[in-house]
Amino acid sequence: MTVILGQMFTGVSIGAVLLLIALGLSLTFGQMNVINMAHGEFIMAGAYTTYVLQKSLSGAGISLIVALPVAFLVSGALGALLEWLLIRRLYLRPLDTLLVTWGVSLMLQQLARDMFGAPNVQTRAPDLLTGNITVIGGDDPLTFANSRLFILGLAIAAVVALSLTLRLTPLGRRIRAVVQNRDLAEVSGISTSRVDRTAFFIGSGLAGVAGVALTLVGPIGPTMGTNVIIDAFLVIVVGGIGQLKGSVIVAFVLGVLQSVLEYSTTVSVAKVLVLVAIVAFLQWRPQGLYTLRTRSLV
Amino acid sequence: MAAGAAALAALVALSACGAKTDAGGTSDKAVQADTSGDTVKVGLLNSLSGTMAISEVTVRDSLKLAIDEINASGGVLGKKIEPISEDGASDWPTFAEKAQKLIREDRVAATFGCWTSASRKAVKPVFEKNKSLLFYPVQYEGLEESPYIFYTGATTNQQIVPALDYLKSEGKKKIYLVGSDYVFPRTANKEIKAYAKANGMTVLGEDYAPLGSTEFSTIANKVKASKADAVFNTLNGDSNVAFFKEYKSAGLTATSMPVVSVSIAEEEVKSIGSQYLAGQLTAWNYYQTTAGAANTKFVKAYKAKYGQDKPTSDPMEAAYTSVYLWKAMVEKAKSFDPEKVRAASDGITFDAPEGKVTVDGASQHIYKTARIGRIGTDGLIKQVWDSGKPIKPDPYLKGYDWASGLS
Repeated sequence: MTVILGQMFTGVSIGAVLLLIALGLSLTFGQMNVINMAHGEFIMAGAYTTYVLQKSLSGAGISLIVALPVAFLVSGALGALLEWLLIRRLYLRPLDTLLVTWGVSLMLQQLARDMFGAPNVQTRAPDLLTGNITVIGGDDPLTFANSRLFILGLAIAAVVALSLTLRLTPLGRRIRAVVQNRDLAEVSGISTSRVDRTAFFIGSGLAGVAGVALTLVGPIGPTMGTNVIIDAFLVIVVGGIGQLKGSVIVAFVLGVLQSVLEYSTTVSVAKVLVLVAIVAFLQWRPQGLYTLRTRSLV
Repeated sequence: MAAGAAALAALVALSACGAKTDAGGTSDKAVQADTSGDTVKVGLLNSLSGTMAISEVTVRDSLKLAIDEINASGGVLGKKIEPISEDGASDWPTFAEKAQKLIREDRVAATFGCWTSASRKAVKPVFEKNKSLLFYPVQYEGLEESPYIFYTGATTNQQIVPALDYLKSEGKKKIYLVGSDYVFPRTANKEIKAYAKANGMTVLGEDYAPLGSTEFSTIANKVKASKADAVFNTLNGDSNVAFFKEYKSAGLTATSMPVVSVSIAEEEVKSIGSQYLAGQLTAWNYYQTTAGAANTKFVKAYKAKYGQDKPTSDPMEAAYTSVYLWKAMVEKAKSFDPEKVRAASDGITFDAPEGKVTVDGASQHIYKTARIGRIGTDGLIKQVWDSGKPIKPDPYLKGYDWASGLS
């Protein structure tokens, strides 16, 4: 019994990681229609930021706390820069953004390799996050890893923050207005270019936060972005482009599906089966879980 | 315009190569090493980027140390060694491509390197076709011999079998197998299962993660639920980082369920973090702490060259030793010609940091002492058991009845 509960928790925690890596993309790809292949490299930038901070600050706990806002700003700034330099010229040609940002992603990977060396690096997790808490004691205890709980909390906080920003703030209203009808928003006095850049800043910043979370799970390296970017796009596409709600549901469903299949088969087989399930689902619902044709954005 | 000029230059360079080396690569004619000058070129073929770089960069460094030492003492047959370093990038087709380049374009006399069995399997036909020598410095799963490869790391009966003997002697009867999804762990686990069957041990489960994978929570759950006595870990590269982080998060420890690793040495311990690894076991033929004058000298020289905080490890030691073994073979053969070097190899010995090693000319493996070690909180590995004397290499496990069905 505890095995099943433990495995459910694992699924949820994999889902939380998926959600974090896909969340920023749900804004830039989902809402703004920019296929940003460099999103994974913004995640990498967040992870390396954590690494640099840990080198310069004593105490793994302090550096992790500091890394969250700093990584958000670093990756956000990179995103805003990318938007200003290249993407704003391409809003009418969404497919071209794929090629351009892919090139940028290769350049960022090489930059990371030059700055930090080709071998992957690791950070120390704070002592508090290396242990686990016992949920059910006894002979067959159910334990939850503290680092996974932290990531889950972080994912929930990020979703809530993004959702509230889109729903309640003037910026959120402007973003939604631009997404729904760019021309009408422009004539209503909204500076669409400024809205674009801010939205890109937030989406990329969220990638940085995901990067901080990933340092708790595995190593940091120049190619870590390419390892997660496909998963992030899958979550967005299956959830329905532009649908935050869809991304959240799909991330957790895929996480649980992956962990259940991994438990009953093997890691590689599970990956194949998840992909097959996704393909089958998209045959049935090409528009994703939530359809585009709705006024609701969040 | 510039691109055109570059393309033209590349074309000219290519056809120039073709003139002397038959760059088409279709000929089986051996490419002679270029030894016309004062130097002899050798190839260093290691992953300097990607998931395996964590391990392989140290091997490259240690090869360079041996080459520097040999050059300082006069070189080989009066020629200085000139290393040509290539990056295999943790990608097996790249390894094969770079091997071809080293042999045919650089015309190296021998090549040192590779780590994963997948990379070795990828370059094996290249070395065989070109009749050029590879010195392979890492423990592996055995069941292989090639006339053009010298295996200076352990084969199965010098590492995995002693590790299993040790577990058995410690009363660990139920084991769980975790490995990366490629040739070494799959073959090693086949051997472990055959051993277990013949020795009254039970294998409770067997799990593989793709090389480079960093999601180990499910595997940790499965291992935990199995209530095994010990885990036999054949994960390679930095997947180990994610695995041991998750292992600790799941509440598993070296006391409750020890892990024996065959691919984590001092360098990996340092970067994974000893807080995750303290108390866990490893099986190798050499540790930085191995006693002996040759090792004291090696450790001192390595740290002087690369930094006092840099540890030395088994594959680094085997790589270092391999350059000296090649030198001894060349000097005995009085030639750089691979065929003559091979013919001279039997019985070559070297007072290596791990102790005296001897080349077995028949299998082109070497006699090595097996050692089990425990990882300390300081990141160093302390020996808890050794085989007492160098073990004769037996890559096909012919000396073991239980291994008869393996191939």
